[in-house]
Amino acid sequence: MSDNVNDSRDRAVQSPRRGGPMGGGPMGMGRMSGGKAKNFKKSMGKLIKYLQPHLLYIVISLIFMAGATVCSIIAPSYIGKLTDEIFVSMLGRAIDLTAVASFGITLMVFYATSLILNYLQAFIMAGVNQKVSRRLRSDISRKINVVPLKYFDGHSYGDTLSRVTNDVDTIGQTLNQSISSLFSSIIMLIGVLIAMFVTSWQLSITAMLTVPLSLILIMVMMGFSQKFFRSQQQALGEINGHIEENFSGQSVIKAFNGEEEAQEKFGVINKKLVNSSKNSQFLSGLMMPIMSLVSNIGYIAVCVVGGILFVNGSITAGVIASFFVYIRLFQNPMMQIAQAAGNLQGTAAASERVFEFLDEKEKEDESEKFKKIETVQGKVEFKNVNFSYDGVRTIINDFSATVQPGQKVAIVGPTGAGKTTMINLLMRFYEINGGDILIDGVSIKEMKREDVRALFGMVLQDTWLFDGTIRDNVVYAKKGVTQAEIEEACRAANIDRFIATLPNGYGMELSDEVSISSGQRQLLTIARAMVQNSPMLILDEATSNVDTRTESLIQDAMDKITKGRTSFVIAHRLSTVKNADLILVMKEGDIIEAGSHEQLLSSKGFYSELYNSQFSLESV
Amino acid sequence: MFKLFKRFKPVDWCLVALLVGVVVAQVYFDVTLPGYTSQIVREMTAAGATWRSILNIGGTMLLLALGSMVCTVIAGYIAAFLASKFSGKLRGDVFKKVQSFSFEETSRFSTASLITRSTNDVQQVQTAVMMILRMAISAPITAVWAIMKINASSGELTLATAAAVVILVVFIVGMFVVVLPKFKLIQKLTDKLNGVTRENLTGLRVVKAYNADGYEERKFEKTNTEISKTNLFVNRVMGLMQPVMMLVMNGISLAIYWLGATLINQGSLDYATMMAFSMLTMQVLMSFMMLTMLFVMVPRAAVSAKRINEILESDITVKDPDEGIPFVTEGEVEFKNVRFKYPGADDYVLDGISFKVERGKVAAVIGSTGSGKSTLVNLVPRFYDATEGEVLVDGVNVKDVKQEALHEKIGYVPQNSVLFSGSVRSNIAYGNADLSQDGLEKSAELAMADGFINDMDGGYDAPIAQGGKNISGGQKQRLSIARAAAFNPEIFIFDDSFSALDYKTDRAVRANLKEQTAHTTGLIVAQRIGTIMDADMIVVLEHGKMVGKGTHKELLQDCDVYREIALSQLSGEELGL
Repeated sequence: MSDNVNDSRDRAVQSPRRGGPMGGGPMGMGRMSGGKAKNFKKSMGKLIKYLQPHLLYIVISLIFMAGATVCSIIAPSYIGKLTDEIFVSMLGRAIDLTAVASFGITLMVFYATSLILNYLQAFIMAGVNQKVSRRLRSDISRKINVVPLKYFDGHSYGDTLSRVTNDVDTIGQTLNQSISSLFSSIIMLIGVLIAMFVTSWQLSITAMLTVPLSLILIMVMMGFSQKFFRSQQQALGEINGHIEENFSGQSVIKAFNGEEEAQEKFGVINKKLVNSSKNSQFLSGLMMPIMSLVSNIGYIAVCVVGGILFVNGSITAGVIASFFVYIRLFQNPMMQIAQAAGNLQGTAAASERVFEFLDEKEKEDESEKFKKIETVQGKVEFKNVNFSYDGVRTIINDFSATVQPGQKVAIVGPTGAGKTTMINLLMRFYEINGGDILIDGVSIKEMKREDVRALFGMVLQDTWLFDGTIRDNVVYAKKGVTQAEIEEACRAANIDRFIATLPNGYGMELSDEVSISSGQRQLLTIARAMVQNSPMLILDEATSNVDTRTESLIQDAMDKITKGRTSFVIAHRLSTVKNADLILVMKEGDIIEAGSHEQLLSSKGFYSELYNSQFSLESV
Repeated sequence: MFKLFKRFKPVDWCLVALLVGVVVAQVYFDVTLPGYTSQIVREMTAAGATWRSILNIGGTMLLLALGSMVCTVIAGYIAAFLASKFSGKLRGDVFKKVQSFSFEETSRFSTASLITRSTNDVQQVQTAVMMILRMAISAPITAVWAIMKINASSGELTLATAAAVVILVVFIVGMFVVVLPKFKLIQKLTDKLNGVTRENLTGLRVVKAYNADGYEERKFEKTNTEISKTNLFVNRVMGLMQPVMMLVMNGISLAIYWLGATLINQGSLDYATMMAFSMLTMQVLMSFMMLTMLFVMVPRAAVSAKRINEILESDITVKDPDEGIPFVTEGEVEFKNVRFKYPGADDYVLDGISFKVERGKVAAVIGSTGSGKSTLVNLVPRFYDATEGEVLVDGVNVKDVKQEALHEKIGYVPQNSVLFSGSVRSNIAYGNADLSQDGLEKSAELAMADGFINDMDGGYDAPIAQGGKNISGGQKQRLSIARAAAFNPEIFIFDDSFSALDYKTDRAVRANLKEQTAHTTGLIVAQRIGTIMDADMIVVLEHGKMVGKGTHKELLQDCDVYREIALSQLSGEELGL
């Protein structure tokens, strides 16, 4: 159990972002976002649809931002006036302190207004942002339950998980910044430009001279550092893979004396990583000094040209002072636009992944289907069933059989023979391609999925419990279950005694830290099926992974629950197989034989071979 | 954190010294630059000012700016070099150390945790080292130097600057005090959100079978609401950061002008000096901002550093002897009164285990889950060391020989087949680089793997993904068996290695083993009676104690536990009872 404790601690330390801890470094260019979108416009278009309901807020916030930006553009001109007032001192005159105070107060008002507007803007956008992220997450979660199961044949859970958390996080983090900063930077750029030219065209041109220089430098630097960043990410991925592989394969490495080889390979990758990380750290750290050099050059140029103009008498000292501020205001938005553009790429890439999932085809709509079975007998007919997972290889070919109410069907076959296929079809996790399955004469295709599933109780071998109390797990989604019913089900499932030994009994919280053996888990899921009390059953017998005593408890519980119910059992036990009314023998996905134990044995087919090799006593 | 800095070598310290030198030069350029602004102002107002003299000062300023940049670039390079080299070395040390771990240490840390420690934590430390090298040196120097310059001419302005610094630092620290716990909460909630989603995903069939979509969605929505609320709070608090910082920066400039105007009128200051001040003040503020950030970030990295140190400082329990002694016999395994318990545990996992397997014989170990079967065979290759008693291989105690020599003798097939990314060939020939094609194919045939290998695209050169994700469980197991066979060992250890094979293949593989490796001793752990019935000796374990030893027939007669296990899998009539 200590493993789990360690695990959760590890997770807590990990950064939730995909960018990782090396995302450009503290003085770098902000977070590098994960990858590029294949179709920028399309992904952004879809994202904008999510923003639409909040359009009013966005517009208000942008107006606030524009106001704040205008404040910060106008302020420097007052700095100029203030400077002019103070500058007279250089000419030997006294400063008019009341004028200074009045400009000072005006400036305070501007700064305060700017602060308030800026903050209101951030406040509103944060709200919009969370609403959008939240809806995206909800939509993904809802979507998980409406995409056909087939989808997950081709996509790992981890992939979907990372869309819920990482990608939505990326969108949430970058969207806010990029929209706001793009907008404010553009206003700022235009505003400062106008203000500069109004103040002094000569100095404006001087300041503008640094623009191409900084643009080129930004481009070059970004290109370089992204290249190294990518190669660093690659080396990082490689080394993480190697470490993972080695640590989890420790036993084999030791037993086969593979330590040295592993060490060598590690050394090679590590060296590559050290190199690329050095370069990428260095380059992303270069951005700051280079940009500050550019801004210094602009500053010096303004100093010099301004000084000359002043000597000529064409400008005042205050103009120079305002320009010092303008230069700073002018440099920032260019950096920000470059960054926002990069961020938007990341937003687009993340939204693309999110929308890829949200746009997945959903299961067919069934609101038109009304057929229901009121009192279930439990007769199941397979009529010429055809099925294929991929549409290419037919794995169930023209299968027909009838199961009478209350009968037991055993599904047997070697590992990987596709025994769960039958469950998938019966429960309509997958749709059959041809033929029909009828329950009490009604085609399952004519019923709603929920109504079909309500007919079956299900116990799978990979027992699924969730974080919650024992009671929650037994009751699950069923409503109006009394404590007496729960206890009754647990007694029948032979788990009542175990529950009685737990600190909180039925109220005991299950979590990673609580140890429950796989046998006990299985019994709990049987209790869950008992509470459900469905007319038919699907069971997956435990293999040898539980100790013998628990296994007999499970067996006993399974016998009880199948009594009187039509049941389909993926069988591993000989007694179950022998007593079944119908045995379906599966091999490589297909049902190759069907019949009773005696029938199948006498036909001397695959079943008899399997039976003999599995259970015979003769020595190898 | 600082313990790790002990790993810096003298060469590295020289570089750090160089770095300090370069940073001092850079700071000198930075704090000198504003002075020239004052000069220009003075020049402008001086009688007989010419554009040439202004240009001269401008030229000097440009040189200063360039000098500052060059220094920053050099400092940046040294810092990046040191940080990357440092983390590379650290990563290497951790990797090497973990490789020398026995199972005891590995399970104490857990594999998942070891992986995060050697990847994520090392990265965190690298980032922190980089930050320390870049900021922790330059920020204090800048701050002190700039303050000295300001203070030299005006105590009042110094006070104003100090006030701004205090406001800024208090604000940032206060903000983090409010927000940091929330960050932790968000991390927790993200885990929870992940948990709920994972739960839904892994139980998809159950969720659908019980028509519980709504139930799951409501559960998700609860966490989703919580995380959105917390995120919103954090974002709204953090949203204050930039505007307030802007205000403080603008405010201090304004304050200097305002205050400066009064001082100038009093005659204790002139305009040109004031100009220089306002620039120096900015530098001071920036330095303190950096320092504050550093104080927020470094403790987080310190947590990572501590986790790395835990690995580096942990003792290794399984050690090689200085000099290995030679083996006496061949193909023999013997347990002499072996007891084993995990350190710190009260109960023995294995107790009173004694048996001996001779060359070419097969011994099987059976028992229910948790009875100590795997632990028992893991004592042979010294994945663990016996707490008491002796484990002998070829007549000598395994603790008295070099592990490498010991492992040479053993063909080990683990419980969970371990495959490495590479090809079928590289996996079978693992630890056995000069294996011939013939040997390769023979081993594959023995393990009944030749069939599917030939069906794979590329045959023996077909790629194997990390962990063997691209082949089935049964195929993985057969490759693991082939790998052990190719090793041509004296002793096979099969740790429940036939579980994913169907009964027919299981039988065929064992028949091949018996036929082709008749001289090889076997130690088999199994769950299925069918797999071990024909072993020369079966050891029955229950709760770590040996409750039976003998052949299948003998045990059926006189071992209750064995009979119970057998009957749970086969009917009495099939067992011939």
